[in-house]
Amino acid sequence: MSDTTPTAAPERAAGLPAQSPPVDPAETAKADTSARLSWWRGDGGEGAKRNIGLLATLVVLVVIGILTRPDLYGDASWVWGNTLTILKLASVVGVVTVGMTFVIIGGGIDLSVGAIVALAGVWCTTLATQSYGAGGMIFSALTVGLAVGVVNGLLISYGRLVPFIATLAMMVAARGLAAEISDKQTQVSNDTFINGIASTNVLGIPLLVYILAAVVLAGWVLLNRTTFGRRTVAVGGNPEAARLAGINVRRHTVLLYALSGLCCGIAAIMLTAQATSAQAAMANLYELDAIAAAIIGGTLLSGGRGTIIGSLLGVIIFSTITNLFAINGLSTEAQNMVKGGIIVAAVLVQQVQFRSLSQFLARNRATTT
Amino acid sequence: MTSDLSRRRLLFGGAALSAGVLLAGCTSNEQAPTAAQTKAAATGANNEPGKKVTIGFSAPAADHGWIAAITNNAKAQAGAYSDVELKSVEAGADAAAQRAALSTLISQKPDVIVLLPHDGKELNAFGLEAMKAGIPVVNLDRAFPDARAYRLQIKGDNYGMGVAAATYIAEQLKAKGVSNPVIGEIPGIDSLELTQERSKGFADTLASLGLKVANRRPAEFTADSGQQAATGLFQALPKIDAIWNHDDDQGIGVLAAVNQANRKEFFMVGGAGSKKAMEDIAADNTVLKATVTYSPSMASSAISLARLIGQGKGMSDLVELQVPKEIVLASETITKENASNYLKLGF
Repeated sequence: MSDTTPTAAPERAAGLPAQSPPVDPAETAKADTSARLSWWRGDGGEGAKRNIGLLATLVVLVVIGILTRPDLYGDASWVWGNTLTILKLASVVGVVTVGMTFVIIGGGIDLSVGAIVALAGVWCTTLATQSYGAGGMIFSALTVGLAVGVVNGLLISYGRLVPFIATLAMMVAARGLAAEISDKQTQVSNDTFINGIASTNVLGIPLLVYILAAVVLAGWVLLNRTTFGRRTVAVGGNPEAARLAGINVRRHTVLLYALSGLCCGIAAIMLTAQATSAQAAMANLYELDAIAAAIIGGTLLSGGRGTIIGSLLGVIIFSTITNLFAINGLSTEAQNMVKGGIIVAAVLVQQVQFRSLSQFLARNRATTT
Repeated sequence: MTSDLSRRRLLFGGAALSAGVLLAGCTSNEQAPTAAQTKAAATGANNEPGKKVTIGFSAPAADHGWIAAITNNAKAQAGAYSDVELKSVEAGADAAAQRAALSTLISQKPDVIVLLPHDGKELNAFGLEAMKAGIPVVNLDRAFPDARAYRLQIKGDNYGMGVAAATYIAEQLKAKGVSNPVIGEIPGIDSLELTQERSKGFADTLASLGLKVANRRPAEFTADSGQQAATGLFQALPKIDAIWNHDDDQGIGVLAAVNQANRKEFFMVGGAGSKKAMEDIAADNTVLKATVTYSPSMASSAISLARLIGQGKGMSDLVELQVPKEIVLASETITKENASNYLKLGF
């Protein structure tokens, strides 16, 4: 990604006039002002408009829930509990999605997130690690996640592998290693502190929801209020221009994948706590859930644009759909079909709204060279 | 005879135990099968060393406790016989990979092949080919549609698991005097034939008693998917009387969800018979009150019978001179009362 040929650069820049990297101080200042104008995200209101659309979708889903199960929705304490359940079910994928959003905005993709969660989870529940207590388990999960992310980043930026290939290879390898470490067994976590993460409520709200909120807040600040965030947008929008502007694109790419890996480490602790165990097949297909949530949240799959709040709403929409199908006793097959439809619809809207088809094709040609 | 038997058991048990302790000390996560999961034939002439038999073995390298136990049991059982040599190949990720692995096995000309196919339908042709080449095939667990493709089929009873679970649940509800009970179901991977058979056995039996499943949320045989499916089920059903969860591995997650949602108004029946499930049932401090078996000890039985087939012997308790063509294990119900008997079979 970091080595786009110079000939492709003007074309790419033309496709993205608004997102040219903040080279001079004046540009940076302008970006700052627009960021302050919209708390959603500093892209001049487009992100906010989209997020209102996502909120409307969420409201529609809730209305469908009220219409189909008035008996359940008539009970206020059930509604409150159900809302918390939806947020709890969104929490693990939500944390993974924050990391994924950074990677995609930076012009990459991370297919290995589900496998990293499994590897970090299995690592933290091995008996050897459990004997060091909760501290050892948390430390090992975070370190493993971070380390795998760094390897991904190094393969992509210095090994010059296409992100798709590098992380696909990691997806297979990490699951293999997880199966090896766990001897294909489900490893039960005996640590009450770890297991307590999933069952503890603070002020009536599950701890998992606080963790999600903290990660989302940190991600939002990082993307919208720091140089790191602005560089991410620049690298994803036009890597060549970003390089010419003095950004160390390779190092930045490594950091993006490391961030994604770290998020997977956090998610692994949360998921292990929820299931009170870990195994090599856990977090199955989380990569697709995270990518889908980021995309319906408005993140451009080819990089350069995206919002953390949008991704969060994407995750919550999926978890609300799952809940809607569960309370109505409908099959998961039908649920997956609806999910697929929503992804297609979101991408179609994205294309119509933000660029004409010809621009889209031209851009795609440029990306694939 | 009896002294010989007990000494053999003692020796093997001691060896397995010390190996287990050794492994636990080194790698912490390896699990050796208990002595009871493997068993040398106890009576008649069948346990006397006979003609040397080479058994080719292939099972999928799945990342699930049950499949891992299948492979471990087969290896341990083969090790218990001085006249058996086991040639094991991993089956890889799918049916095509398993076919490739099996063709290398055929070229080594084993006396018998024992395999757990990824899918019986997809590997039926291999069974025909091996049988045609004069190598008897013992199919473990996943049936071949063609009767000429195998010498022996030994499998668990998926439909019977559903029947056993429904029977237990109905009995308990009746004993408690619950009318119009709310019954939930958490199956495994819904697209698998074995899951569909389990659910059908469950639904059929319930229907015959005038009951039905209120809601079913499939999981993926993993603890984290079990936790999420159970959480969904709890939201849909504010009050539940009984749940059948098909798989004890995913049951770890289901029980976690029970604690997290603080829902204890129902009782649960598991499936397969893992060691942890049996311990929970015996301790009687969770909602898990029973589990219906689908034991990986069938792999040990398959190796024993493959040896007899290779030696041209029959099963000594039967009048027949040869091993039968088909064996379907009964799905047994493990409760607090009999858990201690079954604990040694847990995986």
